[in-house]
Amino acid sequence: MSNEIAVIGVGMHPWGKWGKNFVEYGVKAARDALKDAGISWKDIDYISGAATMRCGYPGYVAGATFAQALGWQGAEVNTSYAACASGSQALAAAKAKILAGEAECALVVGADTTPKGFLAPAKGYRPDDPDWVRFHIGITNPTYFALYARRRMDVYGDTLADFAAVKVKNAKHGSTNPYARYKKCFTAEDVAASNMVANPLRLMDICATSDGGAAVIVCSAAFAKKIGKSDAVRVAAISTVTPTFAGEIIEMPDIATDSAVACDAVRFRAQLPIKAYEEAGIGPEDISLAEVYDLSTALEMDWYEDLQLCARGEAAQLVRNGDTTLGGRIPVNVSGGLACFGEAVPAQALAQICELTWQLRGQAGNRQVENAKVGITANQGLFGHGSSVILKK
Amino acid sequence: MSDKPTIAAIEGWYTMDADKPHLIGTSCNSCGTYYFPKLSTFCKNPSCEGEEFTEVQLSRTGKIWSYTDSQYKPPEPFIAADPYVPYTVAAVQLEKEKMIVLGQVVAGVGVDQLKVGDDVELVLETLYENDEANKIIWKWKPVA
Ligand SMILES: [Zn+2]
Repeated sequence: MSNEIAVIGVGMHPWGKWGKNFVEYGVKAARDALKDAGISWKDIDYISGAATMRCGYPGYVAGATFAQALGWQGAEVNTSYAACASGSQALAAAKAKILAGEAECALVVGADTTPKGFLAPAKGYRPDDPDWVRFHIGITNPTYFALYARRRMDVYGDTLADFAAVKVKNAKHGSTNPYARYKKCFTAEDVAASNMVANPLRLMDICATSDGGAAVIVCSAAFAKKIGKSDAVRVAAISTVTPTFAGEIIEMPDIATDSAVACDAVRFRAQLPIKAYEEAGIGPEDISLAEVYDLSTALEMDWYEDLQLCARGEAAQLVRNGDTTLGGRIPVNVSGGLACFGEAVPAQALAQICELTWQLRGQAGNRQVENAKVGITANQGLFGHGSSVILKK
Repeated sequence: MSDKPTIAAIEGWYTMDADKPHLIGTSCNSCGTYYFPKLSTFCKNPSCEGEEFTEVQLSRTGKIWSYTDSQYKPPEPFIAADPYVPYTVAAVQLEKEKMIVLGQVVAGVGVDQLKVGDDVELVLETLYENDEANKIIWKWKPVA
């Protein structure tokens, strides 16, 4: 118990393409989370923001930006940047502060506004920058996701129908989620009719980018007890481990993997939950539901295996059995996942926490997983960042 | 095209040997780890303190780890032909170096002609042409 903190409030701003300042989404999410916790902004003694790199200086100092927008009240402040895992790292900072006894109750918040048009690399001839080189030779972001997907097909026998089934599943899950951006129940025919982007992935296999905001209020066990929330959902583990050399999988934006002649090849995505399971003292068999980073449909299936929900190569069987559908053995992305949200980088890991919290409290309405006791999140982004968080009742 | 000089699109990343080109990497003198692109500062193996490296030519054959294509014209700095012609990309496993290297697949080879595990070799082919030169890049070519 002593290593756990309580989640007493969660809140979100709906995902979309609203075109407003990111601060507005974050403050709305924060105010909802405070209301959900039944406490006031002035009860918060630590604010931890997830940075956005797309929104200029206010985004780099997100913690202070949100604190000022909510009204300076003297809380200590932190800002974390860890690509897709920024929200988890901001949560980890709050957890450390609380467990050290230096804070009682923290607000963790992240929000983003997507840029207009393409995220293009800087121009000119820059052969010393590998990221420039890979774009110059035609290696785009979808290239990497398509390589993973195709390898699944050739090595494990996954089919286009399996990938489409993941999209159909997530679309159905998210169709009644008030915070999701896309609420249409797409069919396998819809997926098959969408344009091929990078074979075998079609437009509808790949997630979009969105505006959105999410906030979480965490506190010490003593504070939770004091406000009558002793039975609040607990954070049982936060893993933000870096990769281990030599990386086995070709990762964006690299042109080559590490060479594994002196060190064994290690799969980063699989390392993330291993640390979380160890820290929580529980195993994959204890998991009631998972929220994973489905940047593509096929990538969601990689996560099933990396989270050890099934053996390597057997993810398609879970999809075909309906195991990961709401009502199945181990529902995945009952929120609708990135398929229904689109990615809002600094908010996304926190949105995963919000969903697990609602699920573990039994407040998820139409998308409620029956008897949910333990939930796990997983995400992986650029620069060796990733995270996996376990919440339990 | 034949009148124009043939120039490496990216200087120093591969030999310009028309018959048997190689990617140019480095290897750590202490632990033997290979690097592509070249690394010559500090070895990234966490158990190695190596700071001396030797320039090496990487294996010019390997096996396909995976493959895809690009149906949409990528943004700059990619320089696309007009009209745009989709191209195939492969991730290739080099056995000796125990690493995977990306690259385009030679023109005219589509994804339906490839399989994971297929043997490929490194060749040089045009990446794009401009008024002054024919810019050459490494590509993977299926071994017949
Ligand atoms: Zn070394």
